[in-house]
Amino acid sequence: MENNLELKNLNRTEFKVVGKNIEKMESITRPNLTYWADAWRRIKKNNVAFISLMVIVLYILMAIFAPMLSKYEYTAIDSSKMNQFISSKHWFGTDELGRDLWVRVWRGARVSLTIGFVATIMNTVVGGLIGGISGYYGGTLDSFIMRFIDVMYGIPRLIVQILMMVVLRPGIEALIIAMCITGWIGTARFVRGEIYRLKEQDFVAAAKVLGVSDFTIIIRHLIPNIIGLIITNLTMAVPSAIFSEAFLSYIGLGIAPPECSWGVLTKTGVKMLRVYPYQLFIPAFFICSTMLALNLLGDGLRDALDPKLRGTE
Amino acid sequence: MDKIIEVNNLKFSFKTYGGVVQSVRGISFDVCEGEIIGIVGESGCGKSVTAQSLIRLNPEPPGFFEDGSIIYKGKDITKMSEKELRTIRGVEIGFIFQDPMTSLNPTMKIGKQIEEIFVQRKLYDKSQIKEKALEILKLVGISDGERRYNQYPHELSGGMKQRVMIAIALVGQPSVVIADEPTTSLDVTIEAQILDLLKDLQKKTKTSIILITHDLGVIAKMCDRVLVMYGGKIVERGTVDDIFYNTKHPYTSGLLGSIASLETEKDVELSPIEGTPPDLFSPPPGCPFAARCEYAMEVCYKKMPPEYELSEDHKTVCWLQHEYAPDIKLPCKNREKSEVL
Amino acid sequence: MGKYIIKRLGISLATILVLVTVVFILVRLMPGDPFTSDKMTPEIKANLEKYYGFDKPLIEQYFTYLKNLLKGDLGYSMKYKNQTVNKIIEDSFPFSFDLGIRSLVFGISFGLVFGITAALNRGKKLDFISIVIAIIGTSVPDFIMGALLQYFFGIKWGLFPVAQYLGFKHTILPAIAVGFYTLAQVSRLMRASMLEVVQQDYIKTAKSKGISSFRVTYKHQIRNAIMPVVTVLGPTVAAVLTGTFVIESIFAIPGMGKFYVQSVQNLDYSIVLGMTVFYGAFLVIANMIVDILYGLIDPRIRIAGK
Repeated sequence: MENNLELKNLNRTEFKVVGKNIEKMESITRPNLTYWADAWRRIKKNNVAFISLMVIVLYILMAIFAPMLSKYEYTAIDSSKMNQFISSKHWFGTDELGRDLWVRVWRGARVSLTIGFVATIMNTVVGGLIGGISGYYGGTLDSFIMRFIDVMYGIPRLIVQILMMVVLRPGIEALIIAMCITGWIGTARFVRGEIYRLKEQDFVAAAKVLGVSDFTIIIRHLIPNIIGLIITNLTMAVPSAIFSEAFLSYIGLGIAPPECSWGVLTKTGVKMLRVYPYQLFIPAFFICSTMLALNLLGDGLRDALDPKLRGTE
Repeated sequence: MDKIIEVNNLKFSFKTYGGVVQSVRGISFDVCEGEIIGIVGESGCGKSVTAQSLIRLNPEPPGFFEDGSIIYKGKDITKMSEKELRTIRGVEIGFIFQDPMTSLNPTMKIGKQIEEIFVQRKLYDKSQIKEKALEILKLVGISDGERRYNQYPHELSGGMKQRVMIAIALVGQPSVVIADEPTTSLDVTIEAQILDLLKDLQKKTKTSIILITHDLGVIAKMCDRVLVMYGGKIVERGTVDDIFYNTKHPYTSGLLGSIASLETEKDVELSPIEGTPPDLFSPPPGCPFAARCEYAMEVCYKKMPPEYELSEDHKTVCWLQHEYAPDIKLPCKNREKSEVL
Repeated sequence: MGKYIIKRLGISLATILVLVTVVFILVRLMPGDPFTSDKMTPEIKANLEKYYGFDKPLIEQYFTYLKNLLKGDLGYSMKYKNQTVNKIIEDSFPFSFDLGIRSLVFGISFGLVFGITAALNRGKKLDFISIVIAIIGTSVPDFIMGALLQYFFGIKWGLFPVAQYLGFKHTILPAIAVGFYTLAQVSRLMRASMLEVVQQDYIKTAKSKGISSFRVTYKHQIRNAIMPVVTVLGPTVAAVLTGTFVIESIFAIPGMGKFYVQSVQNLDYSIVLGMTVFYGAFLVIANMIVDILYGLIDPRIRIAGK
């Protein structure tokens, strides 16, 4: 026996029965974090997601302040300065009508980001409510809503958006409406599925047996379990809304000049591509980097907010 | 009896973000030819990790061998290459998994899954392979083998699936079968059938079985020898008689006290073991069971006890065997009263 | 299985009917007279008004419209004199279809390869590369991708033709531009699915049989991991088709998308509406086929529906 020596050094007094030690028994040596603290810890640790978040915040701030602080007006045409390359006067150059592209890019950011976020948030709220009600109450209402969603889900989103835009005529409000007509369906479907799954679980059944009201069950048990997924879903949906705006503007249905958006700028850029490629590269960079940042942030959020992944790396 | 597997001071750990989890902390045991050896313990005691490490099924990384060896037919499994392992898995050591619902490939026919063991071994030709598969299906008690052969797992009941799992483990005629909680996810009547089947097959094939379970009833019914695991260590070992009727470790005694049987008098209260097993991120310096042990002494919290040999087979890791320790009679099963658990 | 197909068919038919009805209502809602435009000649206008029966009650107009649709008659173009929408679709659809198929084949095959490679080399360089490619694919809109490819590979380096659709070489850039998003989606999904499957118990069972790790990967992991990927093929077909919309106009390919975008800009409503119905129905059917296909591949659904 390897610890023979130690065995001989034992003291008789150590062999007194002292019994259990409940405190020691339940001791947990790992740090104990709340859900949000753990999520925040993981987001901060995830450099990619954190930088993405910073990029998005920066773009939003620039979209608000840059147009105000510049001496140029985004609609101001100056025929003496057409298609100028990047310079100290015009940080992003000028376009075919001599408009300053720096101001236009940030003005475009304002429009594109507004559409992206507003449309997505509206879709999430509407979809979440409909899906949640359908999933929680079930029954005839649920099957009615689900059949409706099944049918609507098959209609390609972009086609509905195009048709809506033909009817509504270009504009920010029109774009948001067109995106909301069908946009909520995806969210509703997924929220309904999640709620349906959750309400079958024992902790909800336990709460019901204890006589907890529907309202409290929804607030205390269902929403906390699904909020992470909803936030992730929302983050991932913003890029697709920004894409829709850019696409519709690109084919001439989204935002109409003189108002500008990233889609409008891209459209002009593609037209001028052969001669003045920077006019495409600049708005393209902002569209792509925004979508990239949102996608990466969404990925990071998904991992950080997934309770199943807690405590793993 | 000849030893087939010798496990010496096996230590297996997992790396996680919080540090290293020491799942198996230095255990040694042998498996002899033709015996059924049971490993019993509660969830998280390291019994499944032990079982899977015998044919290296734990994911490596994050899992890794810290120390020790597993000698099978003179060769150390812990040091084998992937290629060498393939010569052991299936044909030398078979494995029956805990959950038949998730352990069969949902997109592959039953027959194909059984035959797969032979696919890359060139032991038999094609028609012989199918014959083998049908034969083993019959052996595990599936009567309409020809039909089952072409079915998918979801078309079978739970008990049927576990029979298929057993067929997969046995079809390569291994000398050892590891059964990792083979009946835990089945209901009681099916459990009895599957256990009978295993015992029956063991008699026919002379295969050794390592039976992992948390159920002492299963142990009593099936095993020759028993290892009781707690906190990544073996705390008591012995024949079934030693463990049940001459219990020498408070944990084993606690386990026995927490199960009911048909013979349990109606006024006898079951006494569950309070508390939870130790956190294996930072196992306590002393006996892992001390904090939950009624008879814990000061020394138990400070130092790990050595293994005391009570007879050739019966050993226990407990300070109560020390000469200074008070004489305590641990509650155990009464031989006269309980024939069957 | 039969029941499953019938249910799927029912939903698809309902979807098409809703689509057609929505289209019909939207025609009525169009600002002003949909048949007024400076490109309209009086005889075409008269033709169209007769065609849609504007003098009759709305409900009758709706059924006339449905009847015409059932006959496969989509009406006349307003811009291209005396051309039927059917004829335009007939001429242009083959180009779009060809481009779509090429993009799908490119996107799905490369996507699968990237996804599998990434998962098998988890945490290593190859994984990183394929993640980067996938993220670029989801973050760069296809029309920007198309324009950039055209600029660099066509104009600047002159490696590929800039426009037209005349031979294999002409098809490469547009097919990549359209298929890149699919590639990204498929590879992301496949990677995730592979990593999920590898943790399943049956992979351990397969390993316990002592078969080669190649066989474990191929027969057990990939086979099961590919299932969920099939479910996104429906939306993928939609993405590819909408991708062709703009890519065709960028690369001057005479497909449906190019006509569609032009007609939107020219306010040629009858082409927009006709093509919308055509596209919509096409996508609904494609979706349905994918779903049924999924049922056929996955034994769990195949048997359950028996």
